[in-house]
Amino acid sequence: MATTTEAGFTDKSKPDSTSLLSIRSVAKHFGKNIVLRDISLEIAEGEFLTILGESGSGKTTLLRILAGFEQPTSGEVWMQGERLDTQPPYRRRVNTVFQHYALFPHMTVEQNVGYGLQVAKRPAEEIKSRVAEALAKVKMSTFAKSKPSKISGGQQQRIALARALVNRPRLLLLDEPLSALDANLRREMQVELKALQREVGITFIFVTHDQEEAMVMSDRIALLRSGELEQVASPREIYHRPATSYTAQFIGHTNLLYADVRQGTAMCDRLVWPTSLPDGSALFSLRPECIRLARIAPPAIGSANPLSNIRFRATLRDQAFHGATDLLHVESDGGLILTIRIASHDLPNSKAPLEFEFSAADAIPVRDSDNKNEERR
Amino acid sequence: MFSRAYRAAITVPPLIWVAAFLLVPYLLMFCYSFWSVSESGIIIHTWSLNNYHELLTKPVYWQTLLRSMWIAARVTFFSMLLGYPLAYFLSLHAGSRKDLYYQLVIIPLWVSYLVRAYAWKTILGTDGVMNTLLQYVHLTSHPLDFLLYSPFAVVLTLTHIYTPFTFLPIYASLEHIPRNLVEASHDLGATPQQTFWRVIFPLSIPGVLAGATFAFVLSLGDFLAPLLLGGPSGIMISNIVVSLFGAAYNWPLGAAISLCMLVLVLALIFFSERLEKKWSFS
Repeated sequence: MATTTEAGFTDKSKPDSTSLLSIRSVAKHFGKNIVLRDISLEIAEGEFLTILGESGSGKTTLLRILAGFEQPTSGEVWMQGERLDTQPPYRRRVNTVFQHYALFPHMTVEQNVGYGLQVAKRPAEEIKSRVAEALAKVKMSTFAKSKPSKISGGQQQRIALARALVNRPRLLLLDEPLSALDANLRREMQVELKALQREVGITFIFVTHDQEEAMVMSDRIALLRSGELEQVASPREIYHRPATSYTAQFIGHTNLLYADVRQGTAMCDRLVWPTSLPDGSALFSLRPECIRLARIAPPAIGSANPLSNIRFRATLRDQAFHGATDLLHVESDGGLILTIRIASHDLPNSKAPLEFEFSAADAIPVRDSDNKNEERR
Repeated sequence: MFSRAYRAAITVPPLIWVAAFLLVPYLLMFCYSFWSVSESGIIIHTWSLNNYHELLTKPVYWQTLLRSMWIAARVTFFSMLLGYPLAYFLSLHAGSRKDLYYQLVIIPLWVSYLVRAYAWKTILGTDGVMNTLLQYVHLTSHPLDFLLYSPFAVVLTLTHIYTPFTFLPIYASLEHIPRNLVEASHDLGATPQQTFWRVIFPLSIPGVLAGATFAFVLSLGDFLAPLLLGGPSGIMISNIVVSLFGAAYNWPLGAAISLCMLVLVLALIFFSERLEKKWSFS
């Protein structure tokens, strides 16, 4: 079961023998500016972990601490039983793929890829064969003699990847490596990168601000918000079981329902559904795709708990076509504005109210992120 | 686009300026270098290569030119030796005090050249600061006379004066190196020393070349430092040009020397620029 730390985030990590990297209460201050506070995270061998956050959330700083370009103000980083944060970057078996690739402009592609082996004074034949192998892996063998300025952004990206992987690091850090690529190439690289990670079996820590990218690629997502971990979980869990209202809104769209709970019943406006929460006010996240058009006939009596299927009437405010789905904005009879995602089809363009329904189980109780003092439910 | 009149108005003045103050004087100098001067000091407008012949045959000229180049080479070397580490420190390790240090390097450039040259005179002279100090601490019993009026004094003064000129382009080229390249190098396992020789230095070569060219060209043509501090052994080629145009009243020979130097310097700048291009990757 998930445990809750003092900071309030869900810590799914299992500090067992498979743990490769252990981040222990790391904080970083730049003068009075607190960029990271009390970050603790265990990363397993071979895992693809994404650090997701908005700009300014501290995700790049966290990555730079792991690479060794920044020192944590407090806390420790351990890798396989060795203290990592006290080592200079060049002694860490950690390599980085930089946001703008950072290829050496005065060296050829081949020299760039061989750089790490070169400075480690590996024998010439070994360098040659490993560089060739790495270039083949990223499908860039034909560009071995080119200068970085002569190849495209996507190609530079591959070289940066090969340059890091050729050193067989224990841990590969990727700092928004796809952000400079156009949308199509980006999607292509996401798939390729994920496949490559499976193939080489190296632990990847991937930093991005793009929640879709995080969902597609990661084994686990660590959502960072103003220097604190909001939630760490698998993409499915973080999407279906968001712990906080911030998570629910940042990852996908959601409807936040501020409800009053009384004796096992949550009430928001005229919507009422059963809940196991104690009495008081509560916040629920209801994904737009969990609301559907109600079937014309009411469900047969006794077929299911009538309370678990919540019906309501609402008028259509607007409808946006998104390809496979349509996004609706509706106003319920009580004046509640809800976003609904349904399979794409034309709705009657009338002012007549429509009937919608959702399952009580899809209304996920979340902690209100704007109210930090509130106890987690 | 722009009207003809407008285009003429903005292009003609600079053209006139360049013609009047650059092309015509150079052309005159070129002509003079093939003319000669009579006993009574009248310019004879007959064309010959006599002046160039004299330059090649009389050792005083080419020896002085060689000495000047040797002095300029030493100035270049020492100002590199001072300027590079200074620029490196400022660009990569000065942190928040970068701007302050930068100003401190630049401020001496605002002080008159003459003042700085004279300052060295008072430091290096027989009763100067240096000799007084050396005798006071009993390192020497007599004033050292090689300190002033010697090539040493000239090299020292010119190094002092031209170090900021080497510093500036080196600093600029170091500032242009993306810092993530330095980080990438460390990330890939290179020690700070390896990073310097494999990444930072190669990428600063354009600045080094520009700085070296500055120091060499400027000190090669210098005549004030040798005049004030050089003494007879520290005479440089420009001093000869000055005296040929002045006291000796032999403009044609002076023009011939000037033209040789001009060609030398232009060739130097040309090659240094080509090398700079080869080493720049932006």
